[in-house]
Amino acid sequence: MRLNPFRARPFPGDVRHWPGLFTATAVFFAYVYLPILILIALSFNENRTVTVWTGFSLDWYRVAFANRDIVGAATNSLIIASVASVSATTLATLAALRMASNDRFLGKAGINAVFALPITVPEIVPAVATLMFFASLGFTFGLGTVIIGHIVFCIPFAYLPIRARLEGMDPKIGEAAADLYANPVRAFWRVTLPQLVPGILSGLVLAFIISLDDFVTTFFLGGAGSTTLPIYIFGLVRTGVTPEVNAISSLMLLLSLSLVSLSLFLGRDQNRKTGPD
Amino acid sequence: MSRAGKTILFRALLIGPALMAITVFMIVPLALMAYISFRGRDYSGGVLWDQFTPEAYVRLFFERELDGTLALNFNYMAIILRSVWLSFLTMAISLAVGLPVAMFMATRNARWKAVLVFMVTLPFWTNLLVRNYAWILLLRDHGTINSVLLWLGVISEPLPLLHNSFAVAVGLTYSFLPFMVLPIYASLEKIDLRLVEASFDLYATRWQTIRRIILPLAFPGIVAGCVLVFVPALGAYITPELLGGGKTLMIGNLIGFQFGGARNWPFGAALGLFLLLLVLISLGLYARRYRGELEGSQ
Repeated sequence: MRLNPFRARPFPGDVRHWPGLFTATAVFFAYVYLPILILIALSFNENRTVTVWTGFSLDWYRVAFANRDIVGAATNSLIIASVASVSATTLATLAALRMASNDRFLGKAGINAVFALPITVPEIVPAVATLMFFASLGFTFGLGTVIIGHIVFCIPFAYLPIRARLEGMDPKIGEAAADLYANPVRAFWRVTLPQLVPGILSGLVLAFIISLDDFVTTFFLGGAGSTTLPIYIFGLVRTGVTPEVNAISSLMLLLSLSLVSLSLFLGRDQNRKTGPD
Repeated sequence: MSRAGKTILFRALLIGPALMAITVFMIVPLALMAYISFRGRDYSGGVLWDQFTPEAYVRLFFERELDGTLALNFNYMAIILRSVWLSFLTMAISLAVGLPVAMFMATRNARWKAVLVFMVTLPFWTNLLVRNYAWILLLRDHGTINSVLLWLGVISEPLPLLHNSFAVAVGLTYSFLPFMVLPIYASLEKIDLRLVEASFDLYATRWQTIRRIILPLAFPGIVAGCVLVFVPALGAYITPELLGGGKTLMIGNLIGFQFGGARNWPFGAALGLFLLLLVLISLGLYARRYRGELEGSQ
């Protein structure tokens, strides 16, 4: 194996070294990551003008943490994301356990389509539809309505990785358990579930991130007392850019990044049937 | 209980709760939305349930004068066309940028592939609102881009980069670009690189090889990527709200506005249904030709 994957080699048929591919990729990653890095850098800027760098400071983080509204919004975000992700993952795990099996039954494809619906439709449509639904039923808008909305769109994010994990399991292990006289219940608790736990945790973390970051559903289904961090940030951004927004935004970015790394770490496939390619 | 009965009960108990949650809190509300789009408008922000009227759909094309006559009104059509145009532009830019990136990724070794896929995926999981907000910092009159250009002496006055279609296109591309790269990568990754070498051995040029070998093989991924970028761009809410200012509305904002300032639920419902149909038609056309690819790429 060559140590440097970017080293040029003359043969034109070698697509790995075509001119422009590396440059395009470098530009792409700069485009994707520079705005995020600039935002984080500016959150440490000491002056108020937000975009001109004058010196390093942690003041805006101090200001943000001292702000009661921000702490309240963060608490709401965590409550909603915890309840929604745990509920959605529970529902998704139960469904995936049945849907991952090979047997066919009437409506199976349709049910899979329903489970994918919340991520297929642009979020604004179900958000306003649910707003009208709750209003017609006379619900009071607040934490409860937001949590219900979040549970619905979190289900596919938990369901898809868990089902994929179940489908990737080696059926021979289950057969081996049966050969060793484990009844189906025992085989489930001792063989299937332990193998599935990392997949479930991975789905749980993804659902948590998606809920934590949500704006549209929260905005339309929220009411008094259900302000989350994204809603709070949106309010501040509309009235004008302030350095505190940079600080909270950076914290949200870092939180998502660490959680998604955790999820990918948990979800990595340890029992791949094929070797590395 | 019979064995078959037990199987069905077991199935209902496992699948039932998740299915019920999505049915009751998403499919029923969508059906209600379709129903409300044909009801009368209550000016206090509600619905006149006992009044059937196509008024919400008439409003898409016409304006009702004070004397009750209808006059053509292109304001809403302009917003819908702008949404389609901006989503299409986003899709085209994403394809132009995403294809070489996917080609680069697909031709690395296994270790690099894993790292690059991780790096492409990562931004998707960060806050969409925050990622769009970052572009306000860059595009503002006194933002990073204008400051750098002024400092370099390229311009003497700040360029008007924010609150226009340009800013919205940049933001939409930024938001949905990974959806283009990943499916193209997935289909290119399966290509046997010896095909490219064979093409060169047969005296094809680079351009001919791209057109005759790589593009046909990457086609399912390209179509999947285009659908995955076009659909969310069409329904975008945050990006035009933050980067478009008041003048560059898209369908999503127009829908949202009917439930805020405008208080016209039937019209909002009609627009929502219209957007839903646009999305389902795009997905339906796609699914008819490329069954199975969509699931594999998500």
